[in-house]
Amino acid sequence: MTSLPPPGMKKLGLVIDLDICVGCHACAVNCKEWNSGGQMAPLTDLDPYGPNPLGVWFNRVHSFEAGDGADSRTVHFPRSCLHCEKPACVEVCPTGASYKRAEDGIVLVNEDICIGCKLCSWACPYGAREYDYDAGVMKKCTLCIDKIYNETMDEADRVPACVSTCPVSARHFGDLGDPESDVSKLVAERAGYQLMPELGYKPVNRYLPPRPRKNAAGDCGVPAKLDAMPTPNAATHPFLHWIDRVLSR
Amino acid sequence: MHPAFSVILFTTISGAGYGLLFLIGLLSGTTLLPDNRWFGFAGVALSLGLASLGLLSSTFHLGHPERAWRSFSQWRTSWLSREGVVSVAVYFPAGILGLAWLFFDHPTLSAGWVTAALAFVTVYCTAMIYASLKPIPRWHNPWVPLNYLLLGLMTGALLLQALLHLFAAPVLAIAWFTTCSIIAAALGKLGYWRAIDQTRTLSTAESATGLGALGKVRLLEAPHSEENYLMKEMGYRIARKHSRNLRRIAVILGFVAPLALTLFSLFLPPAAACAGALVAALSSLAGVLIERWLFFAEAKHSVTLYYGAASV
Repeated sequence: MTSLPPPGMKKLGLVIDLDICVGCHACAVNCKEWNSGGQMAPLTDLDPYGPNPLGVWFNRVHSFEAGDGADSRTVHFPRSCLHCEKPACVEVCPTGASYKRAEDGIVLVNEDICIGCKLCSWACPYGAREYDYDAGVMKKCTLCIDKIYNETMDEADRVPACVSTCPVSARHFGDLGDPESDVSKLVAERAGYQLMPELGYKPVNRYLPPRPRKNAAGDCGVPAKLDAMPTPNAATHPFLHWIDRVLSR
Repeated sequence: MHPAFSVILFTTISGAGYGLLFLIGLLSGTTLLPDNRWFGFAGVALSLGLASLGLLSSTFHLGHPERAWRSFSQWRTSWLSREGVVSVAVYFPAGILGLAWLFFDHPTLSAGWVTAALAFVTVYCTAMIYASLKPIPRWHNPWVPLNYLLLGLMTGALLLQALLHLFAAPVLAIAWFTTCSIIAAALGKLGYWRAIDQTRTLSTAESATGLGALGKVRLLEAPHSEENYLMKEMGYRIARKHSRNLRRIAVILGFVAPLALTLFSLFLPPAAACAGALVAALSSLAGVLIERWLFFAEAKHSVTLYYGAASV
């Protein structure tokens, strides 16, 4: 049903730390790996070894330059489905193939009834959905629904593939509907923000901004200038005191 | 946006078909249309034929055309679903109208009005599919439904005029109505072009990344070296100079030529007038086809902000 469910308490989503992300693309690659055998499998690749490879990915890592001069910086920017609270991709679907789960807010596609009209991908401002030309249906991030609820796995592994693989812990997974959750506290502490809030989709995922730049030596805990060495104390460091005396002669 | 030919053909042809159906339904039983049984049947058949051709063509861009029937289910939220429901629903009153006209030699008024209302709503739904998409500012504005309705009315009126000529029926009143509809459609389209050229954009690379506090945001490195679905579908761009030229061609074929031919036809002998009206209708369809192609090609999607566009 493409009518949205009543707003739920639980809003599962990701928090992505742009201050930490090193742009290694491991999240994108592990997403592809896991989901090639997951709920939305296969993630078709057309002409993979030919001149014009074209494949479905749920996660893309862009690199941006922001600002000018000494204060400018490079920001690596992973982009995936934000599991919006008002997902127009769901509402425009003519068949009911796109839906938002009431119990945890995850936005999914039922591939068995998708007609491949592509309208949902037009309605998504974030480019979260990619069409599978081979299967003729739309595909998207499932928040690794087949992993996060998988009771045969260790509890620590029940997080999306992009989160578990990140080598610098720039990605966090949790319930953003619970103000006491770790992710919600992180968002509050670091002023996490939504992408394109002006469009009113109310994305659940949050991005943590890069921390202020530390240009001065003192900003990162190093003494701003090195002090002269004090004269060694004869009582506590007799040997150093003696050397100091010999060399000072 | 990528201009998929099947969708462009669909909106153009079915727009004309529903435009013609709207006029026939609305004017059935008035002195503006002949009571001739074959005229009524031909008019309804032509409009439903065009609509069907368009609807059929629109299924060609689907990944699973055999599941198209499922799209009748989500009319509560989806304009595409609403369009599907209404575009098919109109066949019932239109069928009654055409058959009653054929067998009883006179149209059924109530069927005519219901047909006209549903034809109008169908074109409105088609337009709202586009106008409801917030990520595409050049579609998400009130000019879009206005354009679709006026262009459907115009192409429908030109078809009706040609049909009246073919049946050697009095055409003067419809010719004046057609003239007005051409002028209205042209003004609507020019207004739309003016509006999209001047619109200030809502979303920028800064709001798309949330990095505006740091300053201007530029794409340093794309996530992939080859094109992906998003770039193929949403990243389609047309050179500004081509768009200027195509706008001119659309105006000449779509509005100027049909207007001149409609007015000339009033002073021509019947055979020449009939030919003129036919050429006017075909010319307008060609013009609207180009206009519709531009409607897609000039539209920019907000996802391009992640691929190097500064604003949409």
